[in-house]
Amino acid sequence: MKVTIKYFGMIAETANKTEEVLDVAQGLWAMELKDMQIKKYGIPDPEAVQLAINRDLISEVELKEGDEVAFLPPFAGG
Amino acid sequence: MDKKKPKKVFVQGAIAPEKIAQSIASHQSKTNIGAHSIFLGQIRADEVEGKTVSAIDYSAYEEMAENVFHEIREVAFSKFDITCAHIYHSLGRVNTGELCLFVFTSSAHRKIAIEACNYFVEEIKSKVPIFGKEIFEDETHQWKMNK
Repeated sequence: MKVTIKYFGMIAETANKTEEVLDVAQGLWAMELKDMQIKKYGIPDPEAVQLAINRDLISEVELKEGDEVAFLPPFAGG
Repeated sequence: MDKKKPKKVFVQGAIAPEKIAQSIASHQSKTNIGAHSIFLGQIRADEVEGKTVSAIDYSAYEEMAENVFHEIREVAFSKFDITCAHIYHSLGRVNTGELCLFVFTSSAHRKIAIEACNYFVEEIKSKVPIFGKEIFEDETHQWKMNK
């Protein structure tokens, strides 16, 4: 199944991309995807990385076809 | 009415000081208001290991950020008896000394306006997916993190 991954800030810089579509195994959990991508791109400080699934800040969830998964570094607004 | 409308929060580049004056002027017809509270975030020339920050380049997960701004407004209006609230945040490059955040709350009385304004600022800093690249004078950079 296909999921769209979006990268922001420092993570986008490290991965050298802002978005990609991945074909992943059915039943993959968001946290598993996080681990995969962190290893793949060598994203530093994984504990500071938050996931948003379809624009909600959650990560304990099984992914579904068409989900949008965002990798968010620490917020810095204001 | 005011709170139901979806609001455009992001502005490209720095927030012009004139915007603050215009916002105040446009509330003079609302005579049920007795107090405004304003917060202005300004880019500080921090020094890090001998280098000085000259600008912050802001980016955001805009679709999510707009949702979060909306949720913060909804909660603020349920918690505080405010007449209206306006938020503007920069995207893109903002130089030191320029404004990147403008929060404007209005109420019949001062305490509510001030508390609501503080609430907005703290919520924005902790919950909205906005990212900041601190650019030094030599064009190298580091990523900003809210504490």
